[in-house]
Amino acid sequence: MKINQILILFLFFNFTNVMSIEPDEILEDVQLEQRAREISSVLRCMVCQNENIDNSNAGIAKDLRILIREELIAGKTNSQIINFVHNKYGDYVLFKPPLKFYTFFLWISPFVIFFFLFLLFFRKKKID
Amino acid sequence: MRLYLVGLIFCVITILTFIIGLQKDPKKIPSNLINTSVPDFKLDHIGNGIENFNRTDLLEIDDVKIVNVFASWCPPCKIEHSQISKLSEKHFIFGINQKDKKNDLLNWLNKLGNPYQAIGSDTKGRASINWGVYGIPETFILDKHSKIRYKHVGPIMQRDLEEIKSIIRVLENED
Repeated sequence: MKINQILILFLFFNFTNVMSIEPDEILEDVQLEQRAREISSVLRCMVCQNENIDNSNAGIAKDLRILIREELIAGKTNSQIINFVHNKYGDYVLFKPPLKFYTFFLWISPFVIFFFLFLLFFRKKKID
Repeated sequence: MRLYLVGLIFCVITILTFIIGLQKDPKKIPSNLINTSVPDFKLDHIGNGIENFNRTDLLEIDDVKIVNVFASWCPPCKIEHSQISKLSEKHFIFGINQKDKKNDLLNWLNKLGNPYQAIGSDTKGRASINWGVYGIPETFILDKHSKIRYKHVGPIMQRDLEEIKSIIRVLENED
């Protein structure tokens, strides 16, 4: 592959992992900041729904980032903070929906699909 | 054969899920606080004779209440203002003023009128998070026992008014 072809290929890569977190939000305590990032990465921005709250410019994302840091300083654990936000905004705010009655179909469907594809491919061979 | 029948049923359920799911507006996320009591929240005083309010004020009123989250910088809030005013003729409406400048708010209220029983200022957006607000305007309807029973996301338009009134009517007739 020529060098310019490689360069053109680069255009197709999307460098979407851009942080929207602002300098004045960042905590001085490196460990707490690290934990804040961990929490942010699992929380969806409710306005820009394919972004987590670290990557989003929306007002609510900024407010949640600040809330996370305030709660960390207050000594809350990661799961306490995530639970608080989950409680207020529902499953929608989590990138990974919890397994419960309403989401059972969502979680089970890939396995069901694979099961039937498996049957479809291997049963026919037997008949032949 | 029976297995294929199960597969067929599975396919039908999946297709139906898509048909129903894709017609919904993904921007409108249902509130997780429906049927829960008023959350804890703290609002700042605005001054200039505007009454502030807190959780206990809502709990004390033995009637259906409306809580509207708004700001003068939010254009859709201006659109819904005349509907909010109409509702205020018969109902208690409380305003959570989000991240507004005091003078902007006062000008806005002077120009359009103040339909609110009381307005508290949510300068940092923390009270809004406690209410599960993710974009304004949002409007909550609380029943007589101050449980959140309904949330409207986005401006209340003329066409939404009938639905909102009928929800209020149902709540008013409850014990």
